[in-house]
Amino acid sequence: MTDDLPPGRSAGDAEPPGGPRPADLAPDAPAPAVRRGGRRRDQAVALGWLVAIWVLLWGDLSWGNLLAGLVIGAAVLLFFPLPPVTFGGRLRPGALLVLAVTFAGELVTASLHVAAVALRPGFRPRGAIIAVPLRVRTDLNLALTAEVISLVPGTLIVDVDRDRGVLYAHVLDVRRPEDLADSRERILAVERRIVRAVGSPAEVRRLSPEPVDRRNQP
Amino acid sequence: MTTVADWLGGACLLAGALLSLVAGIGVLRFPDVLGRMHAATKPQVLGVLLLLVGLALRLRTASDLGMIALVAVFQLATAPVAAQMIGRAAYRSGRIDRELLDADELSDR
Repeated sequence: MTDDLPPGRSAGDAEPPGGPRPADLAPDAPAPAVRRGGRRRDQAVALGWLVAIWVLLWGDLSWGNLLAGLVIGAAVLLFFPLPPVTFGGRLRPGALLVLAVTFAGELVTASLHVAAVALRPGFRPRGAIIAVPLRVRTDLNLALTAEVISLVPGTLIVDVDRDRGVLYAHVLDVRRPEDLADSRERILAVERRIVRAVGSPAEVRRLSPEPVDRRNQP
Repeated sequence: MTTVADWLGGACLLAGALLSLVAGIGVLRFPDVLGRMHAATKPQVLGVLLLLVGLALRLRTASDLGMIALVAVFQLATAPVAAQMIGRAAYRSGRIDRELLDADELSDR
């Protein structure tokens, strides 16, 4: 668990030596012991979602649908097991609301931006591929950030380096070098909002050396 | 109340259809695969979401709303994944236009 923060990275965290570091890692420490019970809990949560989807697909809530959903959900979990993605954080309603509202606004801006580029006559938009190392490298954060940055203005996920926690994103409509820096900043802002909404306290602390983004102050 | 919902629903359907049209134009006009994937994710997803909101405002029955919510969630979850898989395949098989890239930090990985 401690190896997700290699020396090169923690050196850049600009934290006082010997200060909050042990406390920082404490919430991660009991993870191996929790793992077995956590796996059960994850499967129960997944089964709940599968049953909900099944019931929604049929469109009405009846005992027959619930039972069929339970059987099929259990079969799906048994025959198509996915690598465990443990949810170690907590949900924060306020930050979730900020995430959702910002996302909706950015989805609209992104759509209008792409629409404007698409309709501009005689224009070949230039692009670039940038590498953005994330600060929190859990699978959940990588996946959520990758999903969201494909739907916010300018960026599209092209590749993911899961071991090093790096996202490779394509940037559309690059005109100045500053556009690349802006996109990097935007991806990190997306990560910050996601971690604040669903991350564990230790993960949120990992964000703190970064300057506070003024736009997402609630 | 129902007339307002009908008009709002109609406006959403129209806006969603227009965005889907623009997404199609973008897929046609963008010069390379990666640009096209931008068109296939952002305006396309918002277009579908607006169409779904329009439908929800017109239909207004519980079972339809459940199905609509499901379509919206899966659209949001799968469109970026599909775009990423296509973009990655295009990149790895060299089917991208390097003339159009100002920087490529994936090449020196």
